[in-house]
Amino acid sequence: MKEWPLWEVFIRSQHGLAHKHVGSLHAPDAEMAINNARDVYTRRNEGLSIWVVPAAEVTASSPADKEALFEPANNKIYRHPTFFPVPEEVKHM
Amino acid sequence: MYAQMVDTGMKRVQGLDEMSAEERAFQEKIDAGIKIEAKDWMPEGYRRTLIRQISQHAHSEIVGQLPEGNWVTRAPTLKRKAILLAKIQDEAGHGLYLYSAAETLGVTRDQVYADLLSGKVKYSSIFNYPTTNWADIGTVGWLVDGAAIMNQIPLCRCSYGPYSRAMVRVCKEESFHQRQGYDLVMAMAKGTPEQKAMAQDALNRWWWPALMMFGPSDGESVHSAQSMQWKIKILSNDELRQKFVDQTVPQAEYLGLTIPDPDLKWNEDTGHYDFGEIDWEEFRQVVAGNGPCNRDRLRTRVKAWEDGEWFRDALLAHAEKKSERQVATAKAA
Repeated sequence: MKEWPLWEVFIRSQHGLAHKHVGSLHAPDAEMAINNARDVYTRRNEGLSIWVVPAAEVTASSPADKEALFEPANNKIYRHPTFFPVPEEVKHM
Repeated sequence: MYAQMVDTGMKRVQGLDEMSAEERAFQEKIDAGIKIEAKDWMPEGYRRTLIRQISQHAHSEIVGQLPEGNWVTRAPTLKRKAILLAKIQDEAGHGLYLYSAAETLGVTRDQVYADLLSGKVKYSSIFNYPTTNWADIGTVGWLVDGAAIMNQIPLCRCSYGPYSRAMVRVCKEESFHQRQGYDLVMAMAKGTPEQKAMAQDALNRWWWPALMMFGPSDGESVHSAQSMQWKIKILSNDELRQKFVDQTVPQAEYLGLTIPDPDLKWNEDTGHYDFGEIDWEEFRQVVAGNGPCNRDRLRTRVKAWEDGEWFRDALLAHAEKKSERQVATAKAA
């Protein structure tokens, strides 16, 4: 028989925080994936909300595209507030 | 350890100057402490060795449930029973985190699991020993989980991202396992003379197998050197074993229990405990399948897998039926 599909699991730990990827698991359908995620990833109060996403539906960037994707952010240091000097006399900004 | 004597398939460890450009870039990343992720390029040997190591580790977690499951229905109090159940559930969880990590390397969980059931891939030698008295449950937590932590804490820093993240989760939970075990042994060691005798009996039987968990001395091993270069093994077997002995001896002294080793003594010069010779023939026999419980453990896992087949298939058939209906309803609408 076929294997159960793989699901990626995301947990929101407290109100106000975003869901965060915690791992993956196998389950026959979405409902069982939620049930399994509860048992596998929230045995110690880790979460208040669970998302499950079929792993096959995730599109990931390729490591080979790392430069094309992320290098442009590296050479725009003026995007960071620390690029701009603040005069001593101006205390808070 | 939970993964013992992992074969890297290598005849000798290569220097940077002997590597291809890709291999060298890979090794330099590892040397710089940059994690390797699932989609990154990696040498085939690294990938295969990790699959072997992580799946052995996962199988140990899963088979490790059996000696403890032996006592669930006979736990002396409801409190101890609840704790034991929670620990066994954790072991299943640890197995699942690890299977997921192995799957990122291009194998499926069912493939990896089939290799356990066929006996092709081993699990830790320690789980081939029986739990014959209630104090064994505490002793397993104290010594076996204690030894596992020794190995798993450095592995949190290993080079493969998914494996190291699984280890972080495991280590957070493992500390509970060791402490509940020590707490159980303490209750018995401070109990009636009969209870204390049971605790001593358990220590007598588990001490040497626990030391064997770390595997034979690997100072000369090519596989160990290769795994260290790849940073999927951080400390040598002997270093880990020594740390374990140094940590555990005072814990046993506090309990008033005697470690069954006449050669065990503090060495003022080295700042470590000296200990006696390990019976490596026993270890080899257990790894070869001739330990007290090898056949029973594997038979139990195979039976669980086969008995569960109709259920796994039924859930999948149900899921497919539901999704076909959803598609049909969507089309009709």
